[in-house]
Amino acid sequence: MNTKLIFTIAKSLLVARWRQTLVAAIGVTFSITMFITLLGFMTGLNDLLDGLILNRTPHIKLYNELKATPNQPIAISNKFKNHHHFIHSVKPSGTRAEIYNYGAIVDALKNDKRVYGVAPKLVAQVFYNVGAIDVTGVINGIDVDAENKLFFFKDYITAGNYIDLKNTPNSIILGKGLADKMLANIGDVVQVTTPKGDRIQLKVVGYFQSGLQDFDKTQSYASLGTAQKLLGKPSNYVTDIQIKLTDMKLAPLVGKEYAKVFSVDAEDIQTANSQFETGSSVRSIISYAVGITLLVVAGFGIYNILNMMIYEKMDSIAILKATGFSGKDVNAIFVSIALSIGFFGGLAGLVCGFGLSVVIDNVPFNTAALPTIKTYPINYNPKFYVIGTIFSLITTYFAGLFPARKASKIDPVVIIRGK
Amino acid sequence: MSVVLQAKGISKNFHDPITIQVLKDVSFEIKKGEFVSVIGKSGCGKSTLLYILSTMDTDYEGDLLIDGVPMRNKKEGELALVRNEKIGFVFQFHYLLNEFSVLRNVMLPGLKLGKYSEQEVEHRAMEKLRILGIDNEAHKMANQLSGGQKQRVAIARALINDPLIIMGDEPTGNLDKKNSQIVFDIFNELAHEFKQTLLIVTHDNEFAQSTDRIIEMEDGRIIRM
Ligand SMILES: Nc1ncnc2c1ncn2[C@@H]1O[C@H](COP(=O)(O)OP(=O)(O)OP(=O)(O)O)[C@@H](O)[C@H]1O
Ligand SMILES: [Mg+2]
Repeated sequence: MNTKLIFTIAKSLLVARWRQTLVAAIGVTFSITMFITLLGFMTGLNDLLDGLILNRTPHIKLYNELKATPNQPIAISNKFKNHHHFIHSVKPSGTRAEIYNYGAIVDALKNDKRVYGVAPKLVAQVFYNVGAIDVTGVINGIDVDAENKLFFFKDYITAGNYIDLKNTPNSIILGKGLADKMLANIGDVVQVTTPKGDRIQLKVVGYFQSGLQDFDKTQSYASLGTAQKLLGKPSNYVTDIQIKLTDMKLAPLVGKEYAKVFSVDAEDIQTANSQFETGSSVRSIISYAVGITLLVVAGFGIYNILNMMIYEKMDSIAILKATGFSGKDVNAIFVSIALSIGFFGGLAGLVCGFGLSVVIDNVPFNTAALPTIKTYPINYNPKFYVIGTIFSLITTYFAGLFPARKASKIDPVVIIRGK
Repeated sequence: MSVVLQAKGISKNFHDPITIQVLKDVSFEIKKGEFVSVIGKSGCGKSTLLYILSTMDTDYEGDLLIDGVPMRNKKEGELALVRNEKIGFVFQFHYLLNEFSVLRNVMLPGLKLGKYSEQEVEHRAMEKLRILGIDNEAHKMANQLSGGQKQRVAIARALINDPLIIMGDEPTGNLDKKNSQIVFDIFNELAHEFKQTLLIVTHDNEFAQSTDRIIEMEDGRIIRM
């Protein structure tokens, strides 16, 4: 009922002490600025590093593992059915690298609502011929469009055009490191040898740079058709099916299901890259911890200033109480002082934090490992701004609570008698 | 005549450093429109009594009735409301808020009461300032006034909610002879023209003589009333 009056009194006290108020507010502004910037930057980096792996990693990979069959012939024999089998030196044999029934599996996957996209891949071991020397490496036969849609293939092509891979027959995109080793320029023709001894000439239409140097030194990409031709295989010969789901969290579950249904091996992203999530969450925790620490320090600043204000304003508090303001009113006055410092300081902090983020976002950041990145990465998630606001209000509220309670407990008789 | 304030056997002890009884079974009543002064030697318990009567001090024995309502067992918030609505207090020191203008200082208890709109409170505050002859200073900041003017503002503030009773604890204690006279004249005017009930502690015997009734205290007891 007296809210307006309480606010006017709070405002007058604030304005009368504007210098101290400003210092307190700047403390909050500073910590919120750092909080926002830090989180934006850290999360930007997280996204970048995660993207480095996660963007290019299928949520589920279906393939055939090279392994011995669990059903050895003796198990089929009726004669030894009730015997215990000791089998030594089991070797895998006759395991086919390709996925059976590739077409049917892809059709089934495309009808699955949980699946965002499917990209087939053929991994072929080859030798790149550099003069008299052979360099071992891998050619990944890919469906260029699907690969681009699911794994942002285009982003890693630093020279040439990725679509040429599809449009130019017998073309290849080399890893930058590999191209350097082979002294191959775009437009050159390079020769590769398959493990079976076939030789084939491929035209270089681009370089790619994945950000992982070792990878770039051995890998290259060709279209699925080219890779199949290279190995002399039919057009349904595919070694991996890469799947992206609409919800990445489902990968372990769905992966197990597919492994069973299609009788293939399935590897999910969580199992393959568990270390990345750990890194991300540690970085987030550090950012939050630093931000909150700064806020707590700012909170102590507010606490101090309010305490000082109350000490200076004893007389005013006493007379307010003598003329009919209750302890509750006095409490509300000082809590609103604290909250408005938090609110305005926090608001300025959000603006400054955004500004600083934009500045960082425009600072050039060039590294050979990350060809697509030109400036420092920043994440502008509104979540950080909401959390920043809530934190600044909560800390200032608690910073104000104790001084306010002290003020509300001031006994006017003691003050007035002391005069 | 109705009784505005009634003290029934009020006693008060201080325990620091040793227990001493400052008020001993004080009983009296003040009727509506009465102009009462309280006199007595320094240290006899006048201020202590006034703080109890004004509901600010709740640590006492006996009973206090304001407007016929017992104050015992009232919560802090309820007592604040009583002070706001029914009691105007003038202290030796003016206690104006320096952050506010003179007008605003007078208005604050009125705004707190919330009985009138802000415009009306402002209007009433101006009127009170006019009665006290300081309406010209209304828009100055409180700390720009002289001591005597400040004390008159404090009286205007005490009047803003048309209180049942105005209590004053040596309201001229900090003023020179001339300003004291002005303040005394104001009290007389309030008592006689506006029939305002007043209870004023004073050391000025001349002023006390001009009031309707004198309560004299000695050693925590009323010896004359
Ligand atoms: N907080 C306290 N603790 C202990 N004793 C106190 C306290 N406050 C007042 N006293 C004592 O109570 C007695 C009465 O004090 P009070 O202030 O009521 O006197 P007074 O009549 O107003 O005197 P004066 O005319 O000087 O203002 C004094 O002896 C004083 O020392
Ligand atoms: Mg006194």
